[in-house]
Formats: sequence, structure tokens, C-alpha cells
Amino acid sequence: MSSSSAFNEEKGGSSSVGEPEYGHDPASGGIFSSDYKRHDDLKEMLDSNKDSLKLEAMKRIVAMIARGKNASDLFPAVVKNVACKNIEVKKLVYVYLVRYAEEQQDLALLSISTFQRGLKDPNQLIRASALRVLSSIRVTIIVPIMMLAIKEAASDMSPYVRKTAAHAIPKLYSLDPEQKDQLIEVIEKLLADKTTLVAGSVVMAFEEVCPERIDLIHKNYRKLCNLLIDVEEWGQVVIINMLTRYARTQFLNPNINESLLEEGGGADKTFYGSDEDEDEDEEEKEKKAEAAAMAKRKPYVMDPDHRLLLRNTKPLLQSRNAAVVMAVAQLYFHLAPKAEVGVIAKALVRLLRSHSEVQYVVLQNVATMTIKRRGMFEPYLKSFYIRSTDPTQIKILKLEVLTNLANETNISTILREFQTYIKSMDKDFVAATIQAIGRCATNIGEVRDTCLNGLVQLLSNRDELVVAESVVVIKKLLQMQPEKHSDIIKHMAKLTDNIQVPMARASILWLIGEYCEHVPKIAPDVLRKMAKSFTNEEDIVKLQILNLAAKLYLTNSKQTKLLTQYVLNLAKYDQNYDIRDRARFIRQLIVPTEKSGALSKYAKKLFLALKPAPVLESPFKDRDHFQLGSLSHLLNAKAGGYQELPDWPESAPDASVRNVEVPEWTKCSSREKRKEKKVEKPFYSDSEGESGPTESADSESDSASGSESGSEGSGSASESEESGGVSVSEEEEEEEEEEKKTKKRELKKAVQESESEQSSEEEDRKHERKMKQQKSDSESESDEEEESESESSQSESDDSESEAEVRKKKKAAESKPPSKPAKRETTKEKKEMSLLDLDDFEPAPSPQVTPVNNLFSNSLVTDLEGLSLSEAVLLPATITPSSVLKSYELLHRITGEGLSVEYCFSRQPFSPDANMVAVQMQFTNSSASDTKSLHMEDVKLQSGMRVKEFPEIESLPAGETATAVMGIDFCDSTQAANFQLCTHTRKFFVSIQPPVGELMRPVFLTENEFKKEQGQLMGMNEITEKLTLDAKCRNEHAIVQRVTTAANLSRVPCGSDKECSPPVPPPEHPVHRFAGRTVTSGSLVLVTVATREEGAAQLTINCEKMVIGTMLVKDILLALTQ
Amino acid sequence: MINSLFLISHSGDIFLEKHWKSVISRSVCDYFLEAKEKAGDPENVAPVLQTPHHYLISIYRGKLFFLSVTQTEVPPLFVIEFLHRVADTFQDYFGDCSEVVIKENTVTVYELLEEMLDNGFPLATESNVLKEMIRPPTILRSVVNTLTGGSNVGGTLPTGQLSNVPWRRAGVKYTNNEAYFDVIEEIDAILDKSGTTVFAEIQGVVEACVKLTGMPDLTLSFMNPRLLDDVSFHPCVRFKRWESERVLSFIPPDGNFRLMSYHVSSQNLVAIPVYVKQNISFLETGSCGRLDITIGPKQTMGKTVENLTVTIPMPKSVLSVNLTATQGTYTFDLTTKVVLWDVGKLNPQKLPNLRGSISIQTGSPKPEENPSINIGLQIQQLAISGLKVSRLDMYGEKYKPFKGVKYVTKAGKFQVRT
Repeated sequence: MSSSSAFNEEKGGSSSVGEPEYGHDPASGGIFSSDYKRHDDLKEMLDSNKDSLKLEAMKRIVAMIARGKNASDLFPAVVKNVACKNIEVKKLVYVYLVRYAEEQQDLALLSISTFQRGLKDPNQLIRASALRVLSSIRVTIIVPIMMLAIKEAASDMSPYVRKTAAHAIPKLYSLDPEQKDQLIEVIEKLLADKTTLVAGSVVMAFEEVCPERIDLIHKNYRKLCNLLIDVEEWGQVVIINMLTRYARTQFLNPNINESLLEEGGGADKTFYGSDEDEDEDEEEKEKKAEAAAMAKRKPYVMDPDHRLLLRNTKPLLQSRNAAVVMAVAQLYFHLAPKAEVGVIAKALVRLLRSHSEVQYVVLQNVATMTIKRRGMFEPYLKSFYIRSTDPTQIKILKLEVLTNLANETNISTILREFQTYIKSMDKDFVAATIQAIGRCATNIGEVRDTCLNGLVQLLSNRDELVVAESVVVIKKLLQMQPEKHSDIIKHMAKLTDNIQVPMARASILWLIGEYCEHVPKIAPDVLRKMAKSFTNEEDIVKLQILNLAAKLYLTNSKQTKLLTQYVLNLAKYDQNYDIRDRARFIRQLIVPTEKSGALSKYAKKLFLALKPAPVLESPFKDRDHFQLGSLSHLLNAKAGGYQELPDWPESAPDASVRNVEVPEWTKCSSREKRKEKKVEKPFYSDSEGESGPTESADSESDSASGSESGSEGSGSASESEESGGVSVSEEEEEEEEEEKKTKKRELKKAVQESESEQSSEEEDRKHERKMKQQKSDSESESDEEEESESESSQSESDDSESEAEVRKKKKAAESKPPSKPAKRETTKEKKEMSLLDLDDFEPAPSPQVTPVNNLFSNSLVTDLEGLSLSEAVLLPATITPSSVLKSYELLHRITGEGLSVEYCFSRQPFSPDANMVAVQMQFTNSSASDTKSLHMEDVKLQSGMRVKEFPEIESLPAGETATAVMGIDFCDSTQAANFQLCTHTRKFFVSIQPPVGELMRPVFLTENEFKKEQGQLMGMNEITEKLTLDAKCRNEHAIVQRVTTAANLSRVPCGSDKECSPPVPPPEHPVHRFAGRTVTSGSLVLVTVATREEGAAQLTINCEKMVIGTMLVKDILLALTQ
Repeated sequence: MINSLFLISHSGDIFLEKHWKSVISRSVCDYFLEAKEKAGDPENVAPVLQTPHHYLISIYRGKLFFLSVTQTEVPPLFVIEFLHRVADTFQDYFGDCSEVVIKENTVTVYELLEEMLDNGFPLATESNVLKEMIRPPTILRSVVNTLTGGSNVGGTLPTGQLSNVPWRRAGVKYTNNEAYFDVIEEIDAILDKSGTTVFAEIQGVVEACVKLTGMPDLTLSFMNPRLLDDVSFHPCVRFKRWESERVLSFIPPDGNFRLMSYHVSSQNLVAIPVYVKQNISFLETGSCGRLDITIGPKQTMGKTVENLTVTIPMPKSVLSVNLTATQGTYTFDLTTKVVLWDVGKLNPQKLPNLRGSISIQTGSPKPEENPSINIGLQIQQLAISGLKVSRLDMYGEKYKPFKGVKYVTKAGKFQVRT
């Protein structure tokens, strides 16, 4: 024993593979005796109380398992060690247990109690590992125990344990499918989990256990979309694939318009178009009308949730994981509007650099995609060029893609490439190339002749395969163009003299026979030559000679009768029985004798039946009914467990199911109303109740799509419609606004969607709404939400996980589809304005209130925050009156020849675009004459920056002053915006450079939120500076004033989180906190001024943008110390 | 997802099996072995095979087949990517991914596989997390383990899986803090007979070797990030920062990792560092041919071209070659019919030349095609696209790390058609 173990140790810790069993007893020849001995030996080692011996034994056992050797008889000895203290021994025992428990169920039960104990361990990792092993033991008896353990773990504090629970669900399901209902409950619970750790695993479980329960996803849809980027890569794949399916059931086809146009040109559009809003329409009429009418009249409006999915998955195209990239690609292919699908091409082409297996799968999918969306990959044509070093299967797939991509413009390049490929050594590949040329020739008429000629040349190739393939392809091409046959057939007939490859000869003979009517003079001559050389031909050629003879006999018996007889006679005595057989058969069929049966009458029909032209199409055609990237797609056959990708719904299902919390008041909108709007709902209805109107404004609807979105959720919108009978929903106003109020209104009557309201009605509506606002509480609440939402659109970068934050983020995400961000922002901001001061759309000064409180959500905390709100509102409002605003000179009176311009940062939200900083400009004309057509030109900006020019000032009389507001998106940098200020006579080069404090806007945070955010912006995002406060600036008011002057921030009310407790006396050394967000990126800027004794203070700034932080520190420092 | 994994050697020996669900008999591999026989070249084995009851998804790495068996629908790339990750992990742990090494470390391999998948679904694939749980074998450790009976399973519980930066292990300590970045660019090109570029592009990667204490937060910025057309990142890179500022901001994993890979925008003309003058011809009569290849520098930006190699796969009918190289050595592999000419450094004054005759099997016809020439080369201290790292900043830790950036240009799939 001791010697043997020494031997083993000598071999080193992990080298137990070297089949030590033979080393023990070289004398024993039989495997059985050695087995017996070895196992005895191992048992002994396992029974010893030395960990090192146990470990050694376990390692050898595991090595046996790895090699596939049976070690089941050791089960009792091994299972005893399940409670061993040594971690590695324990782990190896687990490995053994999981492998053999199924075979030794009774004995496996011995170990269960250990795991049950482990499930109660205070350490989360031990709990997780116990659950993992317990659930991996496939013993039916313990199903109840597993069920219990899973349920418990699903509500464990640790997300890691919950993740393990999610993993355990499919294990239990495969063991006992009867538990499905209970497991679905657990899945439902875990789906609601908010951590990224769990998300991937639970969706995996969902897919395995209950993929049909798509309704479980509704409530978690937005959360999943938002968490997606932080989920580990494998989870991402599963979630994206699942969401693709989900989206197919819940949203409308974004390409519906195009597909309609393609299909039928929408024949009865006009007919149905007029009454599409008449909701009483019969169902079937509706269906037909809907699609057609929409295509024509209403632009498709994408559900914001649909948009959210597309946007949140897009960054994942940059993943290093090919599976993730593919998952996103298929999602875009199946879900995105045609115009946006293109983004995936680049990423897919990148994957072609990867391992050949990855290439293989990606190319398969690209091949399918290129059939439907050729344009997408055209720019990357060259990336599919073939190298001689590629494996054959890759070559053939690339060829497939190249063929699919071929069109009139690039065909010449592609054919030149093909010419190179034909010379390849890889004959399979050459054959595929010839096929590809054939397909190009059929698809593109222009090159058909070129291809045909090229192929004819290939007939003289030495390689049989090449020739055979060419002939086959030529044959196919000829069958398509019967009228042009004769030339080429003649040419081929000539080739028979030279071509020796039997296959080619046979093919040519077949062709001549088939089209003998087109070459009536040559065909008999060919037959004559062939008859002469018949005995020396190969068998396949002989068969075709017989064929040719038979066909000629039938069509031209006068000339060929004797020849045919001769050939048939030769064949009758051929060595090959096939040929003899064929000769006999043909003779009976074509030569009329009295004995010949009924068939001979049909001989001509039999031989000269019109053979259908073979269709040359891609094997990848129509493969896209399988979800791309799936195994089923790859195999072009349904794999077990494959979930069909459903067709788009005709009309969108209720989108509100995805609302996470539906506030009470949203339900008050009348049932009738909703029913009434049923027809349009697919297009206008909105997913989020409270954000209804705004959301649909997001979508690309142009003005005609006056929207009803409010009907679902927003009380304000729907009510206004109801009571007024004149249903203008907010976004219309916004749109109008964008069009500078000049255009006539598009109004939507409750019954019909006609765009013919005069702007005069606007007033009425406003009044109405005002009244209503006063009327109901719910109303005002909804307003508030709109605000909160519009603000939150800027708070994207926020990482907080709190409920409110998540919701906000979602909204933010929804409200910013990438395609038209500017417009979207615009509409949003305008909405806010319109709700607040209904009678003025000008971006003129409005109370500062809006941006401050707009971070609120309608969540439960609103009430709580109501108190702090007033405080927060007061401060900036009182402290930053416009007088404090610092003016800067843009153009001096002298240089401006009498025109002087000053500007200040008004700190108002710039309504056309929330990402812009509003700059208020004051023009003073101190010259003697009028200045006309003041406008700006030639804006020079750093990349990313944008400017919204102020409207042209027609004329500025001498001595007068005018103001205008322009917006500049500084992109969170202090780069100057340069432009020319033009009058009717002169141009002045001017530039506006913002102080860093103006690049942000205030946000409202409670102290707790502030601290939480601050905690997330530690490290390099935090800058701390010590300072001594200026003598005049030691009281609270002064500090607050100076900071808010230096930077556009709002104060965080101190102690606001303790609202309910009795007021606390102000601390001796108060800490002042200010919060804001950068205008463009929405990064939080948190400023803390902590005062100490004798004017000492510490300034802390937390900001994700370090540059901004550093600059802000300087500015505030300066403000506080001077 | 993945039911079982089989490791199969080049010769068809199944030397390791691991099951995550019910055991699947290894006889399922017969379908694969049959396909492998048929395909001949291991590269031509279809990665996905269908058998009556199972689906086989395999990859070929290091002369090994990693064959996974699944019974249900699964995205094939998911499995392929995972298998490659497994192979990468072996490479990382044992320095090599070959049959011998895996057989030597069966137990570690088994432990790794156990941790990487749970019920067939990937659990821990980050090398930093795995290394926390299962220490990679080193010579020293195996000696110590032998003497003390210690193990290579981590004694502490792995907390990496719980952290929100799962790719970095906690409590990293180094006495020398250093961060090295290698910008490696590869030129993929196809040149035609006359030397004109049919297709050329530059693909690059930034490989990092970061050995820094604690939780450093790094920011790497480029002088000319606009060059980068298409990028993919290690999960540690903050995508938002890249979108807004075009800098790479990340908390690095510990050790070696690939930070990003990129594609240089195709508008830029690709500089081709060498030109090849070649003349390969087979005579119509007589079974021989001639070969004459000269290589010269083209656009090398003043740097020296090193490690120049030329690979020519000859037609199968070639019997032998009789060549003389003015520089370097050449070999001719009789079984694969590949001429490999190792040139070494490219001297612009005296251009390397390889010429001589090729003899072909008597009786076989003249090969119709000319073999293509594959070029391998390396240029130190140059990123051919012109990409430059401008700076690397570290936040979150107090010490000053040692930083280094290296540029290398290589030939990727660089092929000259003849």
C-alpha cells in the first residue's frame, strides 16, 4: 500500500491519467483481475483517514470517468466522503455523485442530507453549491425535496443563489415534467428579479420549461431590455432570442407599408381610406382596410417598446462574443424596419475573421439574409472573396453569398473573381463556381451570353468534373432560352470532335437529341459520326447515342432510320448489359411492329416530352422562416424544442400589458372611448399609460398621424378628447410648434382623422384643457408625470437601480429612438411647455419650476416628496433671478458698427431641443440706420455639437433692442461655437463659449438619492478640494447663491428624507448639496460643500465626466473664495 | 443546451467525456467519426451534424475535436463560441491545448468543465473567476502539492461570480505594477497576378497584459480614433464612454486579455508592405516547371520587414522541387506538397529570390492552375493603419504603474494569386 501510494504521489498531483492501473500489477494479464485489484485498492484509499490518499483516489476515479470507464461499483465507498472537509475531495465526490446517482438511486439518497444542511448555510456560495449538486442528482424520489429547495432559493437574499435556483428549474423539469405548474410559479417570481445575475438564467429556464407562456414576459419586458447590456454574455443570447419571439407576437410589422406596396399596390386604398376611423366597421372589412389604408394614409408608428428593444440591443453588436452578435443580428433582421437592418452587416462581416466554425455559421445566415436584403451586404462584397486557403465548406458558402449579391452593377467584378476560382485546385469548389456562374447568368440577363460563352470554353477543360458541371449548367441555361439554342448547340456539336471527356460527350449528345428540331441538319451528322465510333465510346456515351438515335428516329426517320438500326444493332451485342437492355427497350418502343404494345404510340411523347427548365435558385431561399441563428435554420429542418417564429400580428395586441404599474386614474378613461379607437390602436396605442401622448410623438409619425395614444393611459389626453369632441392630442401641438405655429393645425375629430382644423381653434382647446386641469387631481398628476418623463429622457446615464430610476430610464430609452433624436427631444420639451403655460409656445422665460421637479415619477414617493419639492422649487427660483445671470458680450458696438450683441445663458430649457443650452441674445442697434435681416450663418462647430439658430430678425430699427433665443448643444464640452452674425450689409465672426456651469441643468434629488448616486460616482469620478470660504460667504444663503450662480444646479434639500420625523435642529456645520445633470449626456453632477470651523470648507464634486468635474471645481472654488 | 462533451484526438480516439445531463453513450461519436472520414481534411468537417436523436456541434482546435452533443434547439454559435472559450481556457491554464496536455491534467480539466457549465448552460467562463476557484497548475505548485497533499482547488470561496466586475478577481497584489498594451494589426489582402490589390483591409487587436494592484480604472485614448471603423470590446469596456468620447474606459481583468479588436475603415487605402514578383510556370511538354519569386519592400514606412515567410501549396501532381534561395532556407513537404521558404529579414539592397525547377509526376497532365503564394511577415514598432495610443491614465489607485505600448504589423491572410 505504502509503496503504491508513493508511486502515485511521485507521478504528481494531477497526472493520474497515465493509466496507473496497469502499473500496479504488470504480471496480471487479465483486465478483470487488474480491475478488481485496482478498485480494491481505491476503496482502501477512500476509507483511510488521510485526505491526501482520498484525494489521490478520487483523482484516479475521476480520471476513469473522464475516460469513460465504469467506476460505478465504487459508489458506496465514494459517497461516504460527501461530507469530507477537504474542498477538492468534496468537489470530486460531487462530480462522481452527479455522474452515477442516476444508476444507484438508493445509495445516492445517503448524500441528500448533507446537501439539505448545505442549503441552510449562512454562506451564499455554499448554499448555491449545495443546491446545484442537489438539483443535478437525477433521482426521482427527491423531486419534492428539490422543489422545496428551489422555492426557497428563489427567494434567497443572495442573487447568486437565486441564479442557481433558476438553473435548477430546467433540471427538475426534465426529471419530472409534472412539476411544470409549480415551476412556472417560480419562474414568474424569478422573472421579476431585478438583478442582472439572475436575468439570463431565468430566461433560460423559461425557454426550457414554458416558452409558450409569453404572457409572463409582459411585465418584465422593459426591465429585461434595460438590463440586457449588463447581463453576462450567455444570458444575453438567450434573452435576445426570446425577446425576438416576444416582439413578433406583440408588435406590428415595421415594414408593413413596404410589404403592402410590394404586394398589391394597395388597390382599394382610397375606397377604404376614408372610413378607416369609423370604428363600427365590420371586422373583416377592418382587416383588409386597415393594412391597405395604413400603407397609404397613415405612416406606421413604431411601438416605443419595440424601439426600446432595438435600441438596447444595438450596442451588443460590439460584443466580442460571436453568439451575442449573431443574436442581435437576427433580432434586427426579424424585427427592425428595413432601413435600419443595415447596421448588422458590419458586425457580421467582422465575425468572418473568426474561427472557421464561426465563419461557417455566420455565412449560412448571411446567405439567407442576402436573399431578402441584398443591399445590406453589397458594400462588403469584397469581404466574401475567397482565398485558396479557406476550407471547402467555407468557400462554397462564400460563393453562395457572392452569387446572391450579384447584380447588374457588380456582376463584372464578380465574374472576374469567378474566373480565378475556376482555376482552383479544389474541384468541388470549381464545380460550385460553375453552378454559381449559371445562377448569375439566369438572374442577370445582361451577362447571360457572356456566361454561356465562358461556360462553353470550360467544356474543353481537362477535368471531368468541370466539364460535366459546365454541360449541366449550359443545359439548364439553354432550357431557359429555347430560341437561342441552335448556335450553341451547333458549337457544342463541333466540340464532339475534340472533347474526349465521356461525361461531356454524353451531355452534348443529350442536348442535341433534346433539341434536334433546332439543329435538323447537324443532328443526323453527329449521329453518323457517333455510330462510326460507337464501339470505342464509354458506356454513358453509348447510352446517350442510343437516346439520340431514338429521338432522331422519331423526328426525322427518313434520314436516320438506317443509322438508328445500325446503332441499335451494335448495342444489341454490346458487352454492357445496360446498353443491351436499353437497345432492346428502345427498339420495342420506337420501331413499329405488329407486336408492339400500346406504348409505342406514345413513344414520341415519351422521348420528346418537354422537360421543365430546372430552376436555379439558392438553397437558402425561404430559409428565413426559421429564426436566423438557430440550429433549425442551419439544418433547414425543425430541431427538437424549436420555437416557431410567429408571424406579425394583424393588429397589435394591447400594449399596456407591459406597464409595470398602472396608476389608478389611468383606468378612468371610458371604455367606450377605447373601443371606439380600436382600429387605430395598433398604430397609436401606447405601451405606457402615463406617458402615452408623448410616446407616440416619438415615433416617426409625421403630422398626419394625429394620435390617440392617450386613450389608453393618459387621463388628460383622453379626457380632452372626450369632452371637447375636438381631439387634439399633445403631440400635434408639438409638431405644430416645431413648424413654428405657422401651419394650420391638424386636428383629429373623435370620429375621423382629417387634417383640417384652423389654428383659431387652438385657443378653445387650451381653455378647455385649462379648465380640465383644474377640474381633476388626476389631471395635474399626469402633467407632472409628463414632466418627469421628459426630464428623465435626459437622465439616461443614471445607473441607479431604484424602481423609479428604472422606470425613468425606460421612459428615457423609449423616448429617444436613435434615428431622430433631435426631433424627439424637441417634442418632449414642447409638451412640457405646452402643459405649463398653455398660451405661449415661445421659449420665453417661464418659471424655473419645471426642470427642477421634473425628475419626479408618479411613484409612491411623490407624496413624500411633495414637501421637499416646494423647498427645492423656491431656492433656485428665488436665488437665480435673471438679474444674476451674467451677460457676455458677443459683439461690441464699435466692431459691430453700431450693432452690439450681448448674450447670457438664460437657464431656461430650450424647448426645440432639450439637449441644447438656451442662449438668450440681446441685440441693440445704436447706429443711425435700421439693421435688417439679422440672422446667423456659417456655423463652425466641433464634431457632435449642434446649433438651433434663432429665427431671423427682420428688422431692428435704430435705437431699438431685440432679443432672441438660440440653442446650442455643446456636447458637454466648453468648446466654443463659432458662427457668423449677418446683417443685410455685414457679417461678423463671433463665438460663444460656455462656462462649464452652464452645461448642466438642475435636477431634483432627495438627500438619500443624492448619497446613493454619490456612492456610485466614487474613485476617479470624485474630485475633492479644500478651501477657505470668502468672508462674505459664510452663511447658508450666500453659499447657495454663489454656487447656483456659478453653475446651473439645484439644491438638494437637507434632511428631506426624514420628512416624517420631527424637525432636527440644523447642524453646526451644515453640508450643502447641489445636483444637476449635464445637458447633452445627462451625466449627474453632484456638488457637495461641507463647511467646517472658521470658514474652512471642503468642496466635493462627483461627476462621471471628469473634465467637467475638474473645470467645475475651479469655477465653484473661485466663486466661493472671492 | 449542451448535454455532453467529447474530446476526440486527430486520429479519432475519444479520450475524454463529460456529461452535464443524463449520460449519452459515446457511440454517438461514430456519426461524427464517419463524417470526419468522409471530409478528409479536418477543417472540412461540418461544424454541425444531425444524427437521428442528437445534434453534434464541433470545433477543431489544436489538432483536437471538441464535440458537443445536444438534443434540442440551441443557437449553434452559442455552442461554438463556448467550445472555443473552453479551448481558450485550457490554453490559458496549461499553456497549450493539445491531447498530451489535456491527458496530463485530466482532473483539472474535469474540474474546469464542471464549473464552466451547469446543466449545459454556461456558468463561469471568465478566466479570472475560474482561476480563483481552480488554480492553474505550475511546476512549483504541483511539487508542493505532492509533498503536502495540497490541492489545486482554491481554498477560499470564489467571490468573483458575485461581483459586478466578474472579470476581475478581488485582492490582486503586485510589487511591480505594470500595464502593457500590444497593438497588433494584420493586413488581409489578395493581390492578383499583376500585383494589383484585389482586396485589402486591416484588422487589429489590442492585447493587454495588465498586472496592477487593487481595482484600477484605466482610460486608454487614441490619437486618431476615427480610423477605427468597427470595433468589438472585452465586456469590461464601458461602451457609453466609447460612444461619446472615443476613449476606452475599463476596469481591466487581471493578466492577459484581448481588450478590443477593430477594423480600420475601408476608405483608407491600405499600405501593402511588400511586393512579390513571381513567375511560376509548368511546361506543356515534359514533366517539369519553373519557379522564380522575388520579394521587395513596397510601403514599409521606413521599417524593416522581419520574419518574412512564403508558403506555396503546390498542385498534388508535383513530385519534387529543386530550388535555390539567395536568402533563408526553403523546405518542401512531400506529403502536403507545400513549399515553405523562410526568408527572415527583408534586405532592400539585396532582394531575396527563390528560383529553380519543379518536377511533376511523369504522365500526369500539366496542372491547370498556378498555386497561390501566401506571405507571412512582421514589422515591429509600426501599426500600418497609423493608429496611435495617445495616453493611458489610471484612476482609483494611488501608485504609479509602469506603462508600455508596442505596435506590431503582421500579414494576416495575405495571398498573391498567380
